[in-house]
Amino acid sequence: MTTAPERIVVVGASLAGLTAAQHLRARGYAGALTLVGDEPHRPYDRPPLSKQVLRGLFSADTTLPHPPDLGVEFRLGQPATRLDLSERAVELGDGSRLPYDRLLIATGTRARPWPDPEEAALAGVFTLRGRDDAQRLGARLQARPDRVVLVGGGFIGFEVASTCRDLDIPVTLLVRDAVPLAAALGPRLGGLIGDVAREKGVDLRLESEIERMEARDGHLVAVTLKDGTRIESDCLVAAIGTLRNVEWLAGSGLEADAGGLRCDAFCRALHEDGGVAEGVFAAGDVARWPNPHDDDALVAVEHWGNARAQGETAAANMLAGDASAMRRHDHLPDFWSQQFGLTIKLVGLAEGADSFAVMHGSLEERCLLAAYGRDGRTIAAASIDSARWLPAYKAAIRERAPFPPIADAVDQPRLRVQEP
Amino acid sequence: MSGSTLFEQILDPAHRANPYPLYAEMRRVPVARQADGTYVVSTHTELARLISDPRISSDDLPDPQKFRWTGHPVTDLLVRPVRAEIRKRHRPFIFRDPPDHDRLRGQVMRCFTPERVRGMRGKTQKITDDLIGKMRGKTRIDLVDDFSYPLPVTVICELLGVPPEDEAQFHGWATQLATALEPNQRGDEETQAKNEVCFNEIADYLQGLIKEKRKDPQQDILSDLANDGDGMNDFDLIATAVLLLVAGHETTVNLITNGMLTLLRFPEHGARLRAEPDLAPRLIEELLRYEPPVHYRTRLALADIPVAGITIPKDAPVIFLLAAANRDPTRFPDPDRFDPDRPDNRHLGFGGGLHYCVGAPLARIEAEVALVSLVRRLKGVSLIEDPPPYRPGASLRGPRHLRLALEGVAE
Repeated sequence: MTTAPERIVVVGASLAGLTAAQHLRARGYAGALTLVGDEPHRPYDRPPLSKQVLRGLFSADTTLPHPPDLGVEFRLGQPATRLDLSERAVELGDGSRLPYDRLLIATGTRARPWPDPEEAALAGVFTLRGRDDAQRLGARLQARPDRVVLVGGGFIGFEVASTCRDLDIPVTLLVRDAVPLAAALGPRLGGLIGDVAREKGVDLRLESEIERMEARDGHLVAVTLKDGTRIESDCLVAAIGTLRNVEWLAGSGLEADAGGLRCDAFCRALHEDGGVAEGVFAAGDVARWPNPHDDDALVAVEHWGNARAQGETAAANMLAGDASAMRRHDHLPDFWSQQFGLTIKLVGLAEGADSFAVMHGSLEERCLLAAYGRDGRTIAAASIDSARWLPAYKAAIRERAPFPPIADAVDQPRLRVQEP
Repeated sequence: MSGSTLFEQILDPAHRANPYPLYAEMRRVPVARQADGTYVVSTHTELARLISDPRISSDDLPDPQKFRWTGHPVTDLLVRPVRAEIRKRHRPFIFRDPPDHDRLRGQVMRCFTPERVRGMRGKTQKITDDLIGKMRGKTRIDLVDDFSYPLPVTVICELLGVPPEDEAQFHGWATQLATALEPNQRGDEETQAKNEVCFNEIADYLQGLIKEKRKDPQQDILSDLANDGDGMNDFDLIATAVLLLVAGHETTVNLITNGMLTLLRFPEHGARLRAEPDLAPRLIEELLRYEPPVHYRTRLALADIPVAGITIPKDAPVIFLLAAANRDPTRFPDPDRFDPDRPDNRHLGFGGGLHYCVGAPLARIEAEVALVSLVRRLKGVSLIEDPPPYRPGASLRGPRHLRLALEGVAE
């Protein structure tokens, strides 16, 4: 169907893009390979940014290792601004055009900015996504702010709160929902982590939102919550989610919106009319793909593991020639977080679960493995400081095992199925 | 051996020197039922999966030997049943499941710190240099007796805090107790009786040593375990100490000996290691894949477990044939080739899952120091016999002797 590629362009110089480049070379691709990145940095690793880098244990240079002979032309500090599918070319911010015969779109996400631009511009108001963000916020934390206000009840908010407590900095964590981390882990485990955060000295405020910020000479000095509480703080971190970097695809004809760039099971980008865009692939946080573990429901997975797996699948399929030789992206989402001395791991997606059972350990010990079910099937499993059985549950989720998935385990006197 | 099952053939000492063709045959059925109802898992995918399955128990030691009347009512009705029960409850943690396993292993891991293990490198080098020094003037050595055995014994005794003058006794005890890993040996009455005598001796010895460590704590693991505030009771402490002593050298001896044997069989790799000692870590990982010190471990299925198209029934004995999975061509291309440059070498040489080898970092250091020193200092070394004679065990598989001819020893 198609000829072998000679010019491959990867837009997005982070984990998915670099992984794809490595797998293209490993599979023998010897043609031109260009990696475009809007940041001036070579591909780097993000998980340490909210932990070791903020804490000052690692420098912000978390450059990912790659072989010196990778043969990649980096175009860094240059955002892609336009995609011309008919001419098969990507336009960059400096006006240059990169022709391609295969294109990988791996532009990822950025931090959702604080909604009020004036407040967002105040000194002392931060977001955290890239290494420059981590460097700025880390420097601020090293200078010991009087109190950090964190906005957002997700993993980034909790990890930053944990880092602040490690540095013995007072923290207020504002969570809009009644339970933290509930979307990812469900109320029971989310609540448990909330309890641990409180014990470690976090001023955790649920169902709390900011009404306004107060500034003096352009510096944040306090925030007022919707319930009228005023909290003095000179450092605020907005960890309120992400936005997908799809704006540059406007007008290209690809189906891309806030939910991500739509692609098929083989990571091929789709036109607005649903047809395959020849030679164009997507991977990582920006891609929205049919999840075989959830009846092909479309999902965008913002996890480190998915970026790697999808980068690899996309690379294989870019070289596959035609669809009969392509493989499906069937990655089972997995995720980890370290905070407050706990290691939390999740496989599958627990959102929408209707049942929950502690399979090993107990909530009281805070050392456990729990499974999540929906409609009688096992859809996810989470562990807190107890990941060693997780691979068995991963296999059960892949096989869509009935819920609860495993009985008669070595340390399982009786199972109690409850609400998540 | 027609009529015997494939696994019985693997246990047959006749196949000890090269079990790999049998393993290849075994892998044709990833989870293979043997005539006695045992299920042998030999492929990488299935093994990697089952090794992390909570329905697979490690608590599979046979019950203490069948009751035999001694005629003495106190012994028959009180002492022996109580002693049997105590022994059953205080198995070493490789034969236990969570939550007990996790508690005991956790306490050991707290003592087996990376700093302490790294700190053994210098001592390991010194013992290595001394042992190689003693080879001066010899034209023939037995690597096992002269080197591979004494090195890890000395290291583990030092780490645990066993006085060097008592090391010799451990040799016999450890060899006897290691039979617990061999399913064809551990079930018979004679072995069990010997093990009981042996265990009582080693337990008596350790009880005395623990008492000393409590009175006068030293910088060693036994002192730490004995004086840990929420620590183990004495039975668990003894069982754990015995485990560390036995596992600490019955395995490493094979790793070192297999390593030297492999480097002599493929001299280009020996020459390369001599020129590039930085190659050692990768070479040792490949060695752990290619000739692992432990070939299989036994388990017990606690439930019906569907896998690879069959169902392992509840209560079935399960064999994890680690060394066969390490040669699985679907996971390791060209698996019978020794290739230290092999990428993505996720071997099962240290097992996996819950019971992954506690001593792995120590074993890596010992093997690295030993092999780098041997290839550098032994001059004109060659194998006198190939294959060498093997120890009887099919699980802890390795040469009993490795006789080498030498031209000299470099400084």
